[in-house]
Amino acid sequence: MSAIHGIDGLDDWELVVGLEVHCELATATKLFCGCPNQFGDDPNTNVCPVCLGLPGSLPVLNHQAVELAMRIGRALNCTVHPSVFARKNYFYPDMPKDYQVSQYDQPINADGWLDLPDGSRIGITRAHLEEDTGKNTHAGGSGRIHGADYSLIDYNRAGVPLVEIVSEPDVRSPEQARTYVAELRTILLAIGASDAKMEEGSMRVDANVSVRPHGQAAFGTRCEIKNLNSLRSLVRAIEYEARRQVDLLGTGERIHQETRHWDEEAGRTRAGRSKEEAEDYRYFQEPDLVPVAPGADWLARVEAALPVLPAARRETLAGAAGLAATHPGVVMAVDRGLDDLARGAIAAGADPVRVLTHVEHNLAVEGAETLGAAALAELVGMETGGALTATQAKTVLADMVATGRGPAEIAAERGFEAMDTGALEAIVDEAIAANASEWADYVAASAAGDDKRLKKLTGFFTGKIMQASKGQADGRAVNELLTRKRDGAA
Amino acid sequence: MSDAPPPVALTRDEVAHVAALAKLAVTPEELDTYTGQLAAILDHAADIAGLDLDGVAPTAHPLPLVNVLRADEVRATLDRDEVLAAAPATEDHRFRVPAILGEEP
Amino acid sequence: MTAPGSPTPTAAAIAAEVRAGARSARATVDAHLGAIDAAEATIHAFNLVLADSARAAADAIDARVAAGEDPGPLAGVPIALKDNLCTRGVPTTCSSRILEGWRPPYDATVVTRLATAGAVVIGKTNLDEFAMGSSTENSAFGPTRNPRDPERVPGGSSGGSAAAVAAGFAPLALGSDTGGSIRQPAALCGVVGVKPTYGLVSRYGLVAFASSLDQIGPFAGTVGDAALLLEVIAGHDPLDSTSIDQPVPSYTEAVGAGVDGLRVGIVSELMGEGIAPDVRARVEAAAEALAAAGAEVGEASVPAATFGLSAYYLIAPAEASSNLARYDGVRYGLRVDGATTSEMMEASRSAGFGAEVKRRIMLGTYALSAGYYDAFYGKALKVRTLIIADFAAAYERFDVLLSPTTPTTAFRFGEKADDPLAMYLSDVCTIPTNLAGQPAMSVPFGSGADGMPVGVQILAPTLGEVPMLRAAGVLEEAAK
Repeated sequence: MSAIHGIDGLDDWELVVGLEVHCELATATKLFCGCPNQFGDDPNTNVCPVCLGLPGSLPVLNHQAVELAMRIGRALNCTVHPSVFARKNYFYPDMPKDYQVSQYDQPINADGWLDLPDGSRIGITRAHLEEDTGKNTHAGGSGRIHGADYSLIDYNRAGVPLVEIVSEPDVRSPEQARTYVAELRTILLAIGASDAKMEEGSMRVDANVSVRPHGQAAFGTRCEIKNLNSLRSLVRAIEYEARRQVDLLGTGERIHQETRHWDEEAGRTRAGRSKEEAEDYRYFQEPDLVPVAPGADWLARVEAALPVLPAARRETLAGAAGLAATHPGVVMAVDRGLDDLARGAIAAGADPVRVLTHVEHNLAVEGAETLGAAALAELVGMETGGALTATQAKTVLADMVATGRGPAEIAAERGFEAMDTGALEAIVDEAIAANASEWADYVAASAAGDDKRLKKLTGFFTGKIMQASKGQADGRAVNELLTRKRDGAA
Repeated sequence: MSDAPPPVALTRDEVAHVAALAKLAVTPEELDTYTGQLAAILDHAADIAGLDLDGVAPTAHPLPLVNVLRADEVRATLDRDEVLAAAPATEDHRFRVPAILGEEP
Repeated sequence: MTAPGSPTPTAAAIAAEVRAGARSARATVDAHLGAIDAAEATIHAFNLVLADSARAAADAIDARVAAGEDPGPLAGVPIALKDNLCTRGVPTTCSSRILEGWRPPYDATVVTRLATAGAVVIGKTNLDEFAMGSSTENSAFGPTRNPRDPERVPGGSSGGSAAAVAAGFAPLALGSDTGGSIRQPAALCGVVGVKPTYGLVSRYGLVAFASSLDQIGPFAGTVGDAALLLEVIAGHDPLDSTSIDQPVPSYTEAVGAGVDGLRVGIVSELMGEGIAPDVRARVEAAAEALAAAGAEVGEASVPAATFGLSAYYLIAPAEASSNLARYDGVRYGLRVDGATTSEMMEASRSAGFGAEVKRRIMLGTYALSAGYYDAFYGKALKVRTLIIADFAAAYERFDVLLSPTTPTTAFRFGEKADDPLAMYLSDVCTIPTNLAGQPAMSVPFGSGADGMPVGVQILAPTLGEVPMLRAAGVLEEAAK
């Protein structure tokens, strides 16, 4: 690893990121009371003595929340442990008891991992249960927390069950952070643990970011970045923060350990509370709750009910396609839930690369999942057999998804026929003749092995030929002809 | 894990820090009084702070209960008007508080 | 039946007669309200007397009896509730300015059970603020006086409930006991007070002081009435995760069962230094009375009990510092304005809490804070383990244990108010059972040199209420 991947100009530095993901569990009720766990209801309607923290009220743990936490734990290859709840004590108005019931030194899930599509493995430190807080609306002034005249609090969200998934500091690039969160989200959805909507706040990501000189073993001082409301924010914030830290260190300054908030509009992080005066949360075991120790039978039932997870699905599809599990088409097929379709089409004899190319580029559309494997295989067969060009196949595929009709019927109706090789060659010859100096360049670049220039010139000729053929030419056939002509010329 | 040795005597600054953590305002006079009283209580507690209890498991709770769980079933919520009637200040069906300056932990 | 200290009909007698149609619940309630009118100005047992709702409830009981229904085992019996038990729509203050005027939108589980049993709530009783204290001098609304001698404290924290029963304001009362807050005032006022096994009575709706120690329990004029009330309030509650899910035996039957063959141990560590000789003498007399009734009496040892006080005054404040964080001026109770939420919270808490509550919050915050947890709170939890183990060893040899309830008889107002540690020492005999989660009760057994009542404490293992009440029944007979 010679540089921070994906960030230009930071060649001598290594980025180190650990991610904390909070996801709201998809239960019917809150973690410790029977109030509905529902987003978007009228303020302060889903409340009772327990989640309002009224004097004398007591919590009783939701069975389903424990079950979903166990599902998350096992999906992330964690060990499920006997666990206890603890109180995290601090004053904040959106927290009705002025302490948060969480898990501290004995979390329910620990020591797991998540395998990413790029083949990397991110360690999972822990995934523990805790309760959510209420929601503040800042009123008057700027409408933000700073400068607001006052705040209004809705406790509907207070007590909603959360699982906080804490990764090891194994992430090394912004793109890997995005992949991790995306993969996690796919898993949470697949196991029915959370609806994982970043924009609604049911999945919230904090990133602990630090940098260190390449080759240094010790971690740098980290900053915790909050307010990341989308995958785009996550990537941008990590990029920004890495640059900020490298710039500071480059001028001999040091990093202050602190919480920083991402400002999406300004495209920067802003300093928040300093973490150097260590918080004193005075954790202690929550005396109103008893330990949770899921028995072997309960754990076995949870494991048996887990669906096949994305990493395993990628392996299966990769095996069927004869490709690597990291192949973008394989990754995308699983990500879009189209891996069964792709495997079906491949099993029906279709060319795996063409199948996955369609999945990757042409099936990011609603209704793609309704496509039949046999129909997709038939389309790919027509394409590889020369009956349709790639461009035509794409058009036919869109029609198939939209109408549910078969590829042959659509192709016939549209009058698609592959261009005759002789006709295509004539167009290619015309293009070469009309652009003699570019052609000379093309041949020279090819001989010199100047790939960059060659690519550009190939694009130039392909464009001319496509234009002349009114889009009927098959890209691969054009490419083959250009290569043959070049070889002849050389 | 070894038990920590008994800490040194309580200081005025520590009491001030603890009062701040607990969101209690104390006057300088109160600080003197509380420091003296808390020091006397902690001094009494020094009899256990000095015990060698390595190997003794802590008991946080007197009952050996585990897995007390409830079914994930919706129960009645409180009437919002009754809830908000108890609040010192409300607006727009929400609890109203002055500006929040400290940041969310 | 209206003068302080005079005998009133027992709860058992009232309920039996009301159920049989031989007594009017309304007339019973009126008589007790009359007793309150006559002496409450002196005693100040109540934060709130619920005259109108009590009369209405009594009328409803009488109507049910007239209609041929059975209103339940406490039909028409007036009962006083410590003002830290939530009562729907009725102010529940914990004797604190910070909760003044707060009306809970729900009933505590015990309150629901009392209503189902036909009991009539006659008022909410005074206490040391948030149950922190041993004299009711820490009430924001002024102290309660001991009906046996108004110059003396009634004990605490459930001083109002103990005084209400001692003064004949109600045959029954409920209190809460975190470190002796039922037994100590019962002893000082000369009534029966029971701290049940942790988890036997639901804590749902009891405003928390120290959650791992708090238990609700009865006050009564007789052991039989205490057993009757305990039968009504005991039993599993799904709203309390720490509630024991087991059937409740008959406690009333235990009271008359005698102590033949019962093994009784006197706790030697609770009979020595700091215990007044006249109090110690009454415990020895109680042991003799039990032996005379057929019990096998011996000497028991619970060595770690001597560390109970230190452990308790770290654990209870630690839990309290967290339990009392919610009084922040946001959702209910007192708010004192401030420019920011943080300032508002601090101003509200500083104005709303009294000195003892602040002291314990700070003590608990300190005990839990970074750097001190292991030396204080962590140590205290280990001492708790030792105490439980020592009790277990003692209960291998004995069925119940015996000790003084308090080191002295009732002390005078102001005597210990400025010395928190001296006040805490009055709980030295009662605290160990709370740490162990076990039951214990105080039974009046004669008087001290000053003529004030002495309470003898009977301790029992977890869910040992039946042998405990057997011994109590015998002591009650012997004291007559």
